[in-house]
Amino acid sequence: MQIQPIIAALRKHRLATVLLALEIALACAVLCNACFLIISRVQHTHVDSGVDESALAAVKLTGYDPASSVDLNARVLSGLAKLPGVQSVNVINAVPFGDHAGTAGISTDAAGKHFAGIVDFYVGGPGSFKALGLKLVAGSLPMASDAQPLDSFVPENATVWVTRALADHLWPGTDPLGKEFWTDKFHFRVGGVLAHLARPWGGEGGPSTIDWSVYVPAQAGRQLAGTYLLHAAPTELPRVLRDARAAMASIAPDAVVDSKNSQTLGTLRETYFRQDRLMSGILLGVICALLLVTALGIVGLASFWVQQRRRQIGVRRALGATRSDILSYFQTENFLIVSGGIVLGMVLAFAINLLLMQHYELPRLPLYYLPIGALSLYVIGQLAVLGPALRAAAVPPVEATRSVG
Amino acid sequence: MFAYYLELALRSLKRNKVLTTLMVLALGLGIGACITTLTVLKLLSGDPLPQKSAQLFYPQVDPFSMDGYVEGETKPQTTMTYTDAMNLLHARKATHQAVMAMTGAKIAPARANTHPFYSDGVMTTSDFFGMFDAPFQYGGGWTEADDESRARVVVIADFLNDKLFEGANSVGKTLRVNDHDFRIVGVLKHWAPQPRFYAQDLGGRSYGDGDAVFLPLQSARAADMAAGNTNCFDVIKDIKNLETAPCIWLGMWVQLDNGAAVADYKAFLANYARQQIALGRFHRPDTALPDLMQWLRDEQVVPDDVRLQAGLAFGFLLICVINTVGLLLAKCLRRSQEIGVRRALGATQRTIFAQFMVEAGIVGLAGGLLGLLFAELGLLGIRHQPAEYAGLARLDLTMFAFTFVVAIVASLIAGLLPAWRACVLAPAPQLKAS
Repeated sequence: MQIQPIIAALRKHRLATVLLALEIALACAVLCNACFLIISRVQHTHVDSGVDESALAAVKLTGYDPASSVDLNARVLSGLAKLPGVQSVNVINAVPFGDHAGTAGISTDAAGKHFAGIVDFYVGGPGSFKALGLKLVAGSLPMASDAQPLDSFVPENATVWVTRALADHLWPGTDPLGKEFWTDKFHFRVGGVLAHLARPWGGEGGPSTIDWSVYVPAQAGRQLAGTYLLHAAPTELPRVLRDARAAMASIAPDAVVDSKNSQTLGTLRETYFRQDRLMSGILLGVICALLLVTALGIVGLASFWVQQRRRQIGVRRALGATRSDILSYFQTENFLIVSGGIVLGMVLAFAINLLLMQHYELPRLPLYYLPIGALSLYVIGQLAVLGPALRAAAVPPVEATRSVG
Repeated sequence: MFAYYLELALRSLKRNKVLTTLMVLALGLGIGACITTLTVLKLLSGDPLPQKSAQLFYPQVDPFSMDGYVEGETKPQTTMTYTDAMNLLHARKATHQAVMAMTGAKIAPARANTHPFYSDGVMTTSDFFGMFDAPFQYGGGWTEADDESRARVVVIADFLNDKLFEGANSVGKTLRVNDHDFRIVGVLKHWAPQPRFYAQDLGGRSYGDGDAVFLPLQSARAADMAAGNTNCFDVIKDIKNLETAPCIWLGMWVQLDNGAAVADYKAFLANYARQQIALGRFHRPDTALPDLMQWLRDEQVVPDDVRLQAGLAFGFLLICVINTVGLLLAKCLRRSQEIGVRRALGATQRTIFAQFMVEAGIVGLAGGLLGLLFAELGLLGIRHQPAEYAGLARLDLTMFAFTFVVAIVASLIAGLLPAWRACVLAPAPQLKAS
């Protein structure tokens, strides 16, 4: 297919060509950035919490007298364990996707000079390691003797389990077992490494620090009360949680059940990512509408051009051009216009990305989005022009003898 | 003449139904998306107290150490220690002044078989209601003497009064808050300024329902009510005793009626910081006194997602407008002969231009109507969002009118180029071709 005659023809329709290319450029820029936003959000919602979410639920109590918390623990732990279907009950300070409780800055020296980041401490009763379903990748499982009584939010001197991500951050390239870190006067020694354990409220340092958690076994007591981890068979879990919440009225009449945080981990996760999913949905809707409008624009203009050139098409057919020649003429024309639009669109896409990076803490648009965006616009363009191009191909050679109109 | 153009335009639009539908649909989608996001943006960046916001100011001082301090760049802290808040409050340098912190209040209904529940509470001082023009249904606020004597009094919101007392006058009755008895002195009318400017940075939500209970700060603290947001800057000996701990947890608002008063207050704050540095309590000299709207801007209270959506919607509208330009251009070029005939029969360039602009305007009007429908649908969708502002998203009269302004302006801009092309068309070749 010769390109020169097509370019010559497009020159006669400079305005319409430029408009179409401009529309495609804008569509390309918005498409690339919107896809990028969607994918980063979707990735975010697929985070591995590292715990057995389908079998876990939390019950959180508030409003009780702190002086009675030891008694409360005893009542709730024994009361909930009696419920049918409950496999285990443990006291814990926080659960993934719930409110955060033990968030603190840590250092890798006792003097606190080498600040190493802000992490979340999961402090749980002796059975909580097993109940959470944490996966050990190095070291040993916590023993009963590791669970210590608490005077503050963590024990003063404890053996702890850190995630692989945190271990890699604190001691890159070395064996983390037996390593130490500090938070103020509290001292910790690593007893094992976990595959994953997402921090409760996502983490303030962004997606890269979502796994910066420390698991600390401890004994229930004054400083560790009020939040309970229920373990049950996944099919039984909703009923068990309902029963547990109802049972609180008699087990702990003095406390208020925190409804927002007393949910299955599945529900907590769902709530936690709802805004992200919604925004992805909106972006997806915009992309669809955008591609539709662009396609409609192409159909409209191409139909007009076909109509306008019926006579010329007839002449070409009469001079020996085949139907497929005519078809590929319009397809090539569309390809050229879309190409022009895409070149401009890529520049625009990066400009918009730069703008977004300034205002929304977004990373740079990866380069591979551009060919994908370009490809989808080529496909849309070709599909949109197919109808009008087929109509053009169907113009009979006799049209050459008719006058325009 | 206009009626004639209208008739011509309608006839031309009818002649090519598919193209017309495409234009109206695209424009409607673009306008619908824009109006939906703009309505939300307007709602979220609104003025919570339009009649008073220019006189309300938020003093800021900074008790933090010099660690990480960069001169001219580090902004003063957004909340205060108890000591500073009380010093500034008791200085009485403004017409009205109140300090406040958000809290969760455990409320136990007096009736049998009811469970205690948590509601949003505000711990504040007596001037709160007068300064913010909070309207009372029954009774009124408490006095400064009540503040100082830690009187167990409480002001409750209309919805709590409806829930606990079926809307009757409950002034004088007792409310059990955090296991202590408080005497109700006032019941508010519906009061929920949006954004919830006074809850900002104190651990409260930025949008949504109003607070249920308002208690004198010291009385609430005596009943062990905790502050919603505590930020400590030194070794803490006793976190329970927030009044003496090196922690910031209180916000303060002042009413200053004119420019001179604002200048005086700024000088007073700067002087206060200097004095505290001399005493060794402060290290950083910076202070700030933003007014209400500036404070909301500083806090970036409008969620990023909402701004992103608005930007996206405008990008979309732009694409729709370009699309309409292309289609209108195609339509008008197709009618070259008609234009040629009209020109030959004496129509001026100006009348041809007007005729095509009227046609574009009609497309805009139809697009606006369709856009309104899409916007209502979009807002319906937003009301089902989990966001805290969701329930507030409704199309008001201004946005209703604005929809048509956007629609007409967008379509007229889209129509300019095609109409210009139509009117500069030389009539002779067109007549010859036919």
